[in-house]
Amino acid sequence: MASLARLRPRLPRRFPIGVRSLQTSADTTILTEDASHSKPFTVTLHEDSFRAYKTDVPSLDVEVSKDELLGMYKTMQTMRRMEMAADTLYKQKLIRGFCHLAIGQEAVSVGLEAGITSEDRVITAYRCHPFAVLRGGTIKGVIGELLGRQCGMSNGKGGSMHIFTKSFFGGNGIVGAQVPLGAGIAFAQKYMNQSAATYAMYGDGASNQGQVFEAFNMAKLWDLPCVFVCENNKYGMGTSAERSSSNTEYFTRGDKIPGIQANGMDIIAVKKAVQHTRDWVTSGKGPILLEFVTYRYGGHSMSDPGTTYRTREEIQRMRSTQDPIRGLQRYIEEWGLASEEDLKKFDKEAKAEVDAAVEEAKASPFPLEKDLWSDIYYKGTEPPSMRGRESEEVHYY
Amino acid sequence: MYSSRLARLSSRRLWLVNHSARRFQSTEPPPAGGHSPSIATSSYLRTTRDAALHVPGLRWVDADNSRLEDVAAGRETRKMNVYQAVRDAMSVAMTKDDTAVVFGEDVAFGGVFRCTMGLAEEFGRERVFNTPLTEQGIAGFGVGLASMGHTAIAEIQFADYIFPAFDQIVNEAAKHRFRSGGEFGVGTLTIRCPTMSVGHGGLYHSQSPEGFFMGASGLKIVIPRSPLQAKGLLLGSIRDPNPVIFMEPKILYRSAVEQVPVDDYELPLGKAEHLTRGNDLTLLTWGTPIYHCETALHMLETPPESIAKHVPTSMRSAKVELIDLRTILPWDVDAIEESVRRTGRLVIVHEAGRTGGVGGEIAAEIQKRCFLKLNAPVKRVTGWDTPVPMQYEKFYIPDALRILDAVVETLAY
Repeated sequence: MASLARLRPRLPRRFPIGVRSLQTSADTTILTEDASHSKPFTVTLHEDSFRAYKTDVPSLDVEVSKDELLGMYKTMQTMRRMEMAADTLYKQKLIRGFCHLAIGQEAVSVGLEAGITSEDRVITAYRCHPFAVLRGGTIKGVIGELLGRQCGMSNGKGGSMHIFTKSFFGGNGIVGAQVPLGAGIAFAQKYMNQSAATYAMYGDGASNQGQVFEAFNMAKLWDLPCVFVCENNKYGMGTSAERSSSNTEYFTRGDKIPGIQANGMDIIAVKKAVQHTRDWVTSGKGPILLEFVTYRYGGHSMSDPGTTYRTREEIQRMRSTQDPIRGLQRYIEEWGLASEEDLKKFDKEAKAEVDAAVEEAKASPFPLEKDLWSDIYYKGTEPPSMRGRESEEVHYY
Repeated sequence: MYSSRLARLSSRRLWLVNHSARRFQSTEPPPAGGHSPSIATSSYLRTTRDAALHVPGLRWVDADNSRLEDVAAGRETRKMNVYQAVRDAMSVAMTKDDTAVVFGEDVAFGGVFRCTMGLAEEFGRERVFNTPLTEQGIAGFGVGLASMGHTAIAEIQFADYIFPAFDQIVNEAAKHRFRSGGEFGVGTLTIRCPTMSVGHGGLYHSQSPEGFFMGASGLKIVIPRSPLQAKGLLLGSIRDPNPVIFMEPKILYRSAVEQVPVDDYELPLGKAEHLTRGNDLTLLTWGTPIYHCETALHMLETPPESIAKHVPTSMRSAKVELIDLRTILPWDVDAIEESVRRTGRLVIVHEAGRTGGVGGEIAAEIQKRCFLKLNAPVKRVTGWDTPVPMQYEKFYIPDALRILDAVVETLAY
């Protein structure tokens, strides 16, 4: 094996020589206007915030406002606190089963929500907690679901990967399975002549599933208003993108579908990319791919320490140099939108909000025994009875 | 004892036919009526208008059904085969529901079995459209569309091709309601697919995969036996608020012909139907084997001379209760239990192989419920535990002789 390893070429260069690579710093956006007032102002993204395939890169100028940036900061901080609370609850053995946290990827979920409307639809994979809250859910609902309590968003019957709202079609546990669903959702929007988009999200690991390509083909064939979002956090479970994908430039994998690669660590770049792709699909140009280059700080799931396939130094470097929340914090302070004390107040509020939600969720009872048999078939159309957990237990509808 | 003789006879017959087949290598395609001569003359097919308008469980969608006699008056029927009835059902569904769309491989051209003939012209290409050859994609697309509340009528070209879509059906469609705590469901999804043997389909065109879905609670599986049943059950499936796999026995597409009401009606899901009544033995099946069972029962009553000595005279007057299960999941356990409690004997017939087949599940449950009432072990007449062979498909499927053998054995136990 050792000799084989020597024979193998070194990991391929991420980009061919001469092509500029995407930069993923969280704090390179430049203020170009006075931001001391409450009116919206324009900022300019780093020139390497986007790359494009078969289309033009989005404009680097983004209009933002003070309230929006402060709101993004607080929301990102709250989402991180929520995920950290889930981490703690899991380690206390109060959450059982599977649990995938998005710490480090907050700019993607919060930035996505900033760029879309309530008419748009989102469907994602198992790293879904922030999306569920942002799309109309509650922290209590998410934590309650993780704890398997009645107050959970699926009444405690789904768990981590199974959380839905009216405009959010869930976390999905089967790798890649949500992508064709996204095509179907987008078809319904097109059929109803809605000026809205579907964001079908998957990871760099799922990008190699066959049905992802089936969905691409159908979406392009019928020009569906679907944005296929590859959230590239560089590792599919414990395998790095370079070791799993012959082409790691996920935004180029749509064949005739154009693609945008965006800095997924700078929330302003995320918002811009989302707005750009939304405009693209709602103007009848068909689907588009959108790759966010991001990073997860934790392991793939709670049972993965996340340090066997990457170095602690790598994680530490990402945390200290490219953290999306610290990046936005720097903008806010440098542009004079709020002081460090103001932001610390936000941090405290976020923690308090999450702590309160956790306590409420913990107080919620477990699902009733009869709920084991509910929601299998539509109410009133069930079989007369279903079997229970032991031979004598039968539930009659 | 009788059975072993009949079984020997059966294998001898196999040998004979095998040889005759070799002698006529350039054989003609199978007759239009298929290999079961009884389909064309079946007494279970309703050949008159009156019979077609008075069907147990039939519900007219446009009327108060409290007095069946009144609401049937003045309605028309038309002679149809199964593919025409399926087409008629989809046409009705699309007329009444603007969100209903039909999609699948080649459906815009009418589909390989002509079930969607003319639908694209009638409803437009944006409502009846071809998909790429992508079964998993079709199912996933359908789940997404249905989760938006739209009526998605997907076609998988053959039930044999449903396996790439297995994950989407079992993990997404079936569990959608449960895992979202009732907030979402894909009840408006119906997946149609031709199933069962066609006489020469072989490994990939004659399978009966219904058993693979038995563990997928949340899903319904429906298999009709005739044109009238196909229309009513398909409309019931499309409008049922749960995802349904609707498997159409492909040999019946053309060979089963009967009068079918022109109006919009539904037949109930989850309900078996008694085709004959009796107190001596319950014969349970669905789809194509219904007609083989009919032939077998006829042979039991008046055995042809060649096998008469294997059918004891005392058994020829046996009253056998033939039941069409119709909905395979969730199956009508109460109706079967009630019947077996009376008859004390159960023979289950299905085309899929025995191991892991639906018959095993039914046998186990009925044996548990009716253990002390049973006079004989539950008997299963099924395909063999082999792939469906191209050359010997005729001997793979449970034919009338094998069914008769099982009935005689069970009655004599």
